[in-house]
Amino acid sequence: MMKHESIETNAGLLIVLTLAAISIGGLVEIVPLFHIEGTVESVKNAEGKDAVRPYTPLEQLGRDVYTREGCYNCHSQMIRPFRDEALRYGHYSLAAESQYDHPFQWGSKRTGPDLARVGGKYSSTWHTQHLDKPTSVVPESIMPNYPWLLKDDLDYSDLQDKMKALKKVGVPYSLTKEEFAKNVDQFGEDVAKLLDINQAETNMIEQAKKGNFDGDPARLTEMDALVAYLQILGTMVDFSKHDEAEFINFR
Amino acid sequence: MAHSATAPIEQYNYDIVKKFALITLFWGIAGMSAGVYIASELAWPFLNWDIAQITFGRLRPLHTSGVIFGFGGNALFATSFYIVQRTCQTRLWGGNGLPNFIFYGWNAALLIGGVGYLMGITQGREYAEPEWYVDLMILVVWVAYFLVFTMTLLKRTQPHIYVANWFFMAYILAVALLHIFNNLAMPVSFFGAKSYSLFSGAQDAMTQWWYGHNAVGFFLTASFLGMMYYFVPKQAGRPIYSYRLSIVHFWALSFMYMWVGTHHLHWTAIPDWTSSLAAAFSILLLMPSWGGMINGIMTLSGAWDKLRSDPIMMFLITSLSFYGMSTFEGPMMALKSVNALSHYTDWTVGHVHSGALGWVAMVSFGSLYHMIPKLWGTKIWSEKLIYIHFFFATIGILLYITALWVSGIGQGLMLRAFDQYGNLKYSFIETVVFMHGPLVARAVAGMFFVAGMFLMVYNVWKTIANSQEASDEATASASA
Repeated sequence: MMKHESIETNAGLLIVLTLAAISIGGLVEIVPLFHIEGTVESVKNAEGKDAVRPYTPLEQLGRDVYTREGCYNCHSQMIRPFRDEALRYGHYSLAAESQYDHPFQWGSKRTGPDLARVGGKYSSTWHTQHLDKPTSVVPESIMPNYPWLLKDDLDYSDLQDKMKALKKVGVPYSLTKEEFAKNVDQFGEDVAKLLDINQAETNMIEQAKKGNFDGDPARLTEMDALVAYLQILGTMVDFSKHDEAEFINFR
Repeated sequence: MAHSATAPIEQYNYDIVKKFALITLFWGIAGMSAGVYIASELAWPFLNWDIAQITFGRLRPLHTSGVIFGFGGNALFATSFYIVQRTCQTRLWGGNGLPNFIFYGWNAALLIGGVGYLMGITQGREYAEPEWYVDLMILVVWVAYFLVFTMTLLKRTQPHIYVANWFFMAYILAVALLHIFNNLAMPVSFFGAKSYSLFSGAQDAMTQWWYGHNAVGFFLTASFLGMMYYFVPKQAGRPIYSYRLSIVHFWALSFMYMWVGTHHLHWTAIPDWTSSLAAAFSILLLMPSWGGMINGIMTLSGAWDKLRSDPIMMFLITSLSFYGMSTFEGPMMALKSVNALSHYTDWTVGHVHSGALGWVAMVSFGSLYHMIPKLWGTKIWSEKLIYIHFFFATIGILLYITALWVSGIGQGLMLRAFDQYGNLKYSFIETVVFMHGPLVARAVAGMFFVAGMFLMVYNVWKTIANSQEASDEATASASA
């Protein structure tokens, strides 16, 4: 049998054996997740298309604001399968719902409530007022005010570059006709149009105008983008159309 | 300086160790003060002042990076370079250039990353917030670190590689692995700060918490065990309790830690088996952790009186006690049923701090108090001040973790309470109101801890000033 002394007197051997010891855990737990089908569920809507779609340009820019401000430090986006969470937040989160999240923002702390299904729960007017000054709608709140979101115009100078970068890491935004056709197949035509990088700016401005998220249709602010993002969270899957057993199998 | 007097010291590169030791104190003050400030923001939210750069969400990463990579990182560079030279009986490899490059590169990366957080430049990944260009800087520095450390090991004049160096080696290798894979990202443009992570959703979560927990396991544990394995026997003046136990401790710890990250993702949208596996390994991990603790504490056997008479020993042994405490609490919180309550609450934050303040900071304080006088060839200015520091730190930690047990367990219980009709008994905001008291106590606890840190800086400053006076006098009398 090899004596431990031979490791203690040989730096190269120490390095090799240590590398082996520290590599196994990660290999066993993480690598399979990229291969096992069902780590991320395939959830279809009534038309038989993918229920979960990538974010629209406006929503993605809103998500960038969310990341920038470090919202994940106090808010989770991951509902667990417990009775109290079901009553408070809604159906537990599916892996499919964050499949286009680069990076994931599940969070680890709830100094404030979970936001995974905050979409549609409050009006956009409420969100705007709340983000501007949380205590104006929740007097006991300890959340900071974010007045600059209303003051600062949304910077979308690098919108297309951002979408191209996301495309490179696997988000199905389309540049070519073939990619567009594939998206029509996967998400339906209406959604496919929103994912077209060539139309990004037009789509973004149109969504902001139509949604009027910050209450000021004349301007496109960071608030517009952030509220548009918050309002889509957790709304893509219509759980009333699904049988519960369908999702249990994936856990 | 009189050359004849300093000649033996030139055997080692102490200059770089001194630099790292001093900057450790700077980051300690900066990072811990930022911690007290954000803790105060939670207790008294007006402190956010409507200034974007100092809101909780942007300032918290400055605190975490400041204490983990600033205070902890620099303390590890200082002690590992000190230990590897002394235990290998050889001068640090790489001359003066490469170690200096590591010093400036590491601290510049921290500064650039930290200022970036305040500007809103972040990857949005906990404890891995620096954007891609800072990550690349860190990578280059880390490769240099690996080279300097390994080459120094290779040119040792002792046949054996001392156990402390195994732990440092495991830490250097593991951190490289974690850093590279968790920071894989696609920059939006070559000249812009923004990037998007290569992985998304569930896979991204798994990668991040494999990183996140092993940042704790290797950056904040294995490495500091290296520190412990050198400074505890040195300060006690006795050999390590059991050499065999340190072998078992080392290999079991290195192997098992990498499995447990997923316990940060219990009950989330990842496959259940990864979660169960992580819980099982978390329980197993209790054994090597306690093996290490016992090995450290028992080293004192036969010299227990030092616990009364030697404040440095008090720091070191208390740090091991907190190590034992938090490595018991950790596996318990990794049980799915306990985690259902504790996750997302302040209990987790309290747990981290019993490890970070109780174990990491205290073992560092003990080691620095031992090492700094030796580096400057003098005695500590005031041993009494070390005592006072010790009590400030201990009171701070105990208050901190108790306050957050109340806050965390309290919130957890309130959120899952139902009334007689089966409806939720409390709204979320009612739990926020409840937490105010404990959060105030926590901020005060942090102030205690930082106050101790200031005492340390003063003590070190006086120590160095004294040593310079002494050497000036020596020079004066020699030339006279």
